[in-house]
Amino acid sequence: MPDLLKDINIELFGDPMFYQKPVKEIEEKWKLVPAFLKVKGLVKQHIDSFNYFINVEIKKIVEANNKVTCDADPLFYIKYTNVHVGTPDVDEGFNISKPTTPHECRLRDMTYSAPISVDIEYTRGTQRVAKSGFLIGRMPIMLKSSNCVLSNKSEYELAKMNECPLDPGGYFVVKGQEKVILIQEQLSKNRMLVEEGKWGIQCQVTSSTHEKKSRTMVFHKGNKYFMGHNLFTDPIPISIVFKAMDILSDREICELIGVADVNKLTPTLEECHKLKIYTQEAALKYLGSKIISKRYASSIYQVKTPTAEARDLLATTVLAHVPVEKFQFKSKAIYLGLMVKRVIQAQSDKKFLDDRDYYGNKRMELAGSLVSLMFEDVFKRFNYELKSIAEKTIPKIRATQFDVVKYMRPELITNCLVFAISTGNWTIKRFRMERLGVTQVLSRLSYISALGMMTRVNSQFESTRKVSGPRSLQPSQWGMLCPSDTPEGEACGLVKNLALMTHITTDIDEYPIIRLVRNAGMEDIGMVASIAIHSSEAFLVFLNGNILGVVTDYKKLINIFRLMRRHGMISNYVSIYPSFLHQCVYISCDGGRLCRPYIIVQNGCPLVNELHITELQKGIRSFEDFLNDGLIEFLDVNEENDSFIACYEKDITQQTTHLEIATFTLLGVCAGLVPYPHHNQSPRNTYQCAMGKQAMGTIGYNQRNRMDTLLYNLVYPQAPMCKTKSIELSNFDKLPAGQNATIAVMSYSGYDIEDALVLNKASLDRGFGRCLVYKNSKCIMKRYPNQTYDRIQGPMVDAQTNQPLWKHKCLDNDGIVSPGEQIENRQVLVNKSIPSLTSVVPVPGAAANNSVEYKDTPLGYKNVEPSYIEKVLISTNEEDTTLIKILLRQTRRPEIGDKFSSRHGQKGVVGLIVEQEDMPFNEYGICPDIIMNPHGYPSRMTVGKLLELLSGKAGTVEGKFHYGTAFGGSKVEDVGEELIKHGYNYQGKDVFYSGITGEPLEAYIYSGPVYYQKLKHMVQDKIHARARGPRAVLTRQPTEGKSRDGGLRLGEMERDCLIGYGASMMLVERLMVSSDQCEVDVCNQCGRLGYCGWCNSCKSSGQVSTITMPYACKLLLTELQAMNITARLTLSHYCK
Amino acid sequence: MEIMNDEKPRIILTEHKVVNNFPTGPTVFDEHFEVKKFKKKLQIVIVRHDHLEMEFDLIGIHPFLANTFRRLMLSDVPTMAIDQVHILNNTSIIQDEVLAHRLGLIPIRADPRLFENKADAGGPVQEKETLEFELKIKCNKDSSKKDSSRAEDMYKNSNVYSKHIKWVPIGNQKSKFKESDVGPIHPDILIAKMRPGHEMDLKLFASKSNGKDHAKFSPVATAFYRLLPEIKIVKQVEGEAAYRLQKCFSPGVISVRTEGDKKYAVVNKNHARYDTSSRNVFRYEDLKDTVVMSKVQDHFIFTIESVGALPPEAIFKEAINILKDKCFSLLTELNS
Repeated sequence: MPDLLKDINIELFGDPMFYQKPVKEIEEKWKLVPAFLKVKGLVKQHIDSFNYFINVEIKKIVEANNKVTCDADPLFYIKYTNVHVGTPDVDEGFNISKPTTPHECRLRDMTYSAPISVDIEYTRGTQRVAKSGFLIGRMPIMLKSSNCVLSNKSEYELAKMNECPLDPGGYFVVKGQEKVILIQEQLSKNRMLVEEGKWGIQCQVTSSTHEKKSRTMVFHKGNKYFMGHNLFTDPIPISIVFKAMDILSDREICELIGVADVNKLTPTLEECHKLKIYTQEAALKYLGSKIISKRYASSIYQVKTPTAEARDLLATTVLAHVPVEKFQFKSKAIYLGLMVKRVIQAQSDKKFLDDRDYYGNKRMELAGSLVSLMFEDVFKRFNYELKSIAEKTIPKIRATQFDVVKYMRPELITNCLVFAISTGNWTIKRFRMERLGVTQVLSRLSYISALGMMTRVNSQFESTRKVSGPRSLQPSQWGMLCPSDTPEGEACGLVKNLALMTHITTDIDEYPIIRLVRNAGMEDIGMVASIAIHSSEAFLVFLNGNILGVVTDYKKLINIFRLMRRHGMISNYVSIYPSFLHQCVYISCDGGRLCRPYIIVQNGCPLVNELHITELQKGIRSFEDFLNDGLIEFLDVNEENDSFIACYEKDITQQTTHLEIATFTLLGVCAGLVPYPHHNQSPRNTYQCAMGKQAMGTIGYNQRNRMDTLLYNLVYPQAPMCKTKSIELSNFDKLPAGQNATIAVMSYSGYDIEDALVLNKASLDRGFGRCLVYKNSKCIMKRYPNQTYDRIQGPMVDAQTNQPLWKHKCLDNDGIVSPGEQIENRQVLVNKSIPSLTSVVPVPGAAANNSVEYKDTPLGYKNVEPSYIEKVLISTNEEDTTLIKILLRQTRRPEIGDKFSSRHGQKGVVGLIVEQEDMPFNEYGICPDIIMNPHGYPSRMTVGKLLELLSGKAGTVEGKFHYGTAFGGSKVEDVGEELIKHGYNYQGKDVFYSGITGEPLEAYIYSGPVYYQKLKHMVQDKIHARARGPRAVLTRQPTEGKSRDGGLRLGEMERDCLIGYGASMMLVERLMVSSDQCEVDVCNQCGRLGYCGWCNSCKSSGQVSTITMPYACKLLLTELQAMNITARLTLSHYCK
Repeated sequence: MEIMNDEKPRIILTEHKVVNNFPTGPTVFDEHFEVKKFKKKLQIVIVRHDHLEMEFDLIGIHPFLANTFRRLMLSDVPTMAIDQVHILNNTSIIQDEVLAHRLGLIPIRADPRLFENKADAGGPVQEKETLEFELKIKCNKDSSKKDSSRAEDMYKNSNVYSKHIKWVPIGNQKSKFKESDVGPIHPDILIAKMRPGHEMDLKLFASKSNGKDHAKFSPVATAFYRLLPEIKIVKQVEGEAAYRLQKCFSPGVISVRTEGDKKYAVVNKNHARYDTSSRNVFRYEDLKDTVVMSKVQDHFIFTIESVGALPPEAIFKEAINILKDKCFSLLTELNS
């Protein structure tokens, strides 16, 4: 009997001898994450992409447009032989330039840019001249890129350059502003996408090459298949397109489409016969008749016949990414055939439809590729302008020979690039591309906000459309984009953030890959018979959306390919995966794919083991060694979906191919701040992601050297007691934004309703929540064309007391405020005056400059609260005008109404500040800094906050930091045990005594340290009231907004309340008397408005009476009159 | 809940809340306040006392009175603290306001009883109201020590400590106070860090005020009390459970006694006082009902942690004086 059981067992589960031992957990394997970040950095995507542009792509662009010729002179040409981007420098005048640092540019409002120099060869008359290192423009340089002075510098060197060593770089400094080019997410180019369209199922391809961008569509209408393209006025029947591509026999068309049921194609094929198109010539003629005529025929090109034009367009524009040489359309025909096949397949089976929200179908556009688009466009324009100048100038007979170099002005390229980056308007004429808001000012509110901005991904999708698809969380985002970090409201789900370990690829050379695939047994597509392409054994091989060939043993191909990749024979970032649905093997090496590293698992055993990790810890091994040894590989979204990935070692089975490095890398930088996020309700983590960016603290080690327009600092920032691994990896513990406050979760006084907090006054006295607010004031000293210039004068002295006027009290003798002074509202910062005449050129020989009249335009301080002068900077900007920057400082202590938040999306304002003696205290004499109402918990379910408190408390008594890392972190049992060890209650609840009555409280109070962030919203900046004040000129109504000392609007809904209540006199008072009351004279005879008791239309004063009305009403009447409409008023005595 | 059989008013710490437990007889809570009775019942036992910290028991007193003393000590007993800072020069990286704030929090040694409250804030400096200090320090390169990259060795005065604050006597203060009577209490409080070229030249004015005004004037780091805990084992706990029970309380509260081969837990007399009320017994289902934890409601264990300006007992006495004064002024108010 037992034997039988054993046999059955063996039969069912296999011989126990071959059972796998459970895979041992690789401890500390998360150490690979810091190793990864050490090589890659948190913003490496940007820097990699920009480096690729500046070192590789710019050369390709110049090479592709390397010759400028001229129709006027066949001998004339300019040839670019090389291009080089230098290191950033600044022009100090007189053609002397000196190297600069980003910080200098920030302070002096300059652009951190490097010269783009080219080697050229051109003709001057008949002479051939060569010039090297010729400046054609300046390129804004990304910080920490290969051309930046900060790259590969030690901490000490960076400090010498006034740069924070923890600053991630990856942004530009343009006109003194830090600008980030956001990552743009878009649909991948050159890929077939089958989806439900206007006429049912369609297959569309957006082709994109350097020269052309076009979209080709195949769809089904009626019972026929058509190709649509924006070149042609009408959809073209597929069969005609095939004929135009020299596929004449219907049989071959069917073979190329490769559908078993030929009947589906019959109506399409019939179309040819109906239209009597049997030859390529006829088909092209048909196509030629359908071409959308260009609005302006360019005279330069010789006029082509429609047939030739159609052939040209078919070769270059339709499916532009499929190369056609010498009008051999075979490969394009195969591609088109496949498109038709996809449509037919999708018609019968919905699973053939593609998902456009799927991240495998998306590409990220980074700074490098965007700048390269811009540069290519402007470089072409530059060349075009040179050409037109040459064409205009050469025919003229002139004394000097035409020297084209004189016309090569660097301003065009410089200004275009600077303008694009500083405004964010990406206008590329040749692709008719116009995008707004591509760049944003780097938010320097806190270190995390800057870091968060660098990882932001912007979707091209318009936010106005009401489709949920693009906004919802996609399963394929797993590990690539943070599931928590997205804004609320309008841009929800459209703006995303990269996860911690995401890498974005750059373009990789295709040639070695093609060679490898050929060697691995692929038949080239040109060699394959049409019938074989769609045979059931054959797998099509695609490279970046182009058909390369056919393979029968696809498994072998993929295995060889992966082997080569793991051995470093080809780039790590090339991906390969089979699609059984499409019977294809897809290989991608294009730029902009999201990918992420995984540990390779073979035969149920991860390749990385303890030994490797110890080597890593010792510093013998780097992350790159793991890659080179084939222990770790990068998978992009598509390949990830072809793999079996285990999250933990315990999940590994025989099928598993990869193992996650660390599960917390699923989240991004901002979500990484949240302790125990896996215990929170998910929206709370999202809220924290938004709020972490508003928290004030530290922004960088160089924060005291900066002169930003607005900068918030905490006086005593602290690293959180409850850390996460992401916090350490993002260096948040070195540049924190918040303080560990001891909180007691209890109700107190009723001033804590609706999430309000009760603060301990003694804590505030001791520096809790104290912050510094820096603002800057700036002025420029201009020079004018008439030789006059702005001037600054010293303080004005009161004639009697011989003391400076109150307004000028803080001024130094040079007329600029002195550092350390306290400055009050309406006092003068810089006593500047400008000449009253700036444009008129003074008559020569007239009195000299001292007769120039000046107008006072002092730079004043406008704020009710006084500030201190931190420092004053006097320098010159790029235009060589004097620049004066004044940094003002305020120190603020928390007051009622200031906003605080914990790291769990629990924000609240200060409701009450309580003396220490009124605060509850426990048996250790500890009284809380903050009292928080327990009603904040049940509905929000932020269990993570409870855990943070508990492990924070255990951490303080034990003297160590606890971890609240996502999907891990210190366990409650262990934390509780630690509390018990130190004599605390294991649940974190203590006996408290009321500070007011002195008796013990009935409940035990949950108390301990929780990390609190002070948010930038402070009462002092918002408080506003007015009794009397300025009015708008047009309507005479009070102005709006705090900055204009505006009134507080009694809006429509408030008005409704008053009407409902029947307080009519109150209404009149609010809406008229206190707003824009106006006395007007109305003529009772004609009903028109008069003035001074006189009606001008009746020419009498007999019937004129004065009434009161809102000025807005009077304005309406006069405006109507101006439009030739008379509104007549009829008056009557209201008490009659 | 069983009542502990004595006449003391208690609270009992149950698993989820604190329960009042009054005896049948009269307690301080019921009594009408009468000085004679109060004098007879009041007991003060000093348990621990050194120059900065003191622990004593206040027995037989109503919580309102105990709490009043605590509150007065925290916020009404005055001390001297730096209140005004005249910044003549400050080129260090620390901002003027922050520096002033830090200086204010430094405890100053000066007997506040010898000073008067400042009459008007903007008024002239007066010897009976104000103490003047000076902080004048400059950081330089120190070339004497070589081969070191520590800031302390490379630079002179790279750290500004409270010991650098120098007292400047005004008027008759020189004769009234000794040099050792006036100055910062702790010499090693770090005020700022500087680098060569940084300089500070400050005039500091300390005045007298109380903790209500600002926490820096509070004479205590903290002053608080707790009620005397009492623990009673109501069911005998034996064997392994006894050790577990022992672990649930602070060390020394419970010991395990061996009698023959039987081991059982007993409460050490007079040691329950040091229990931290952690209530960790409630973790164990089987031990839950074996102990009753209570606190005597009229037995206050006071702890006063002085910052150093006044000895703890003086703070308490001052608090009593202030209470006295307050009562007097209330009485005169009522009578007038």
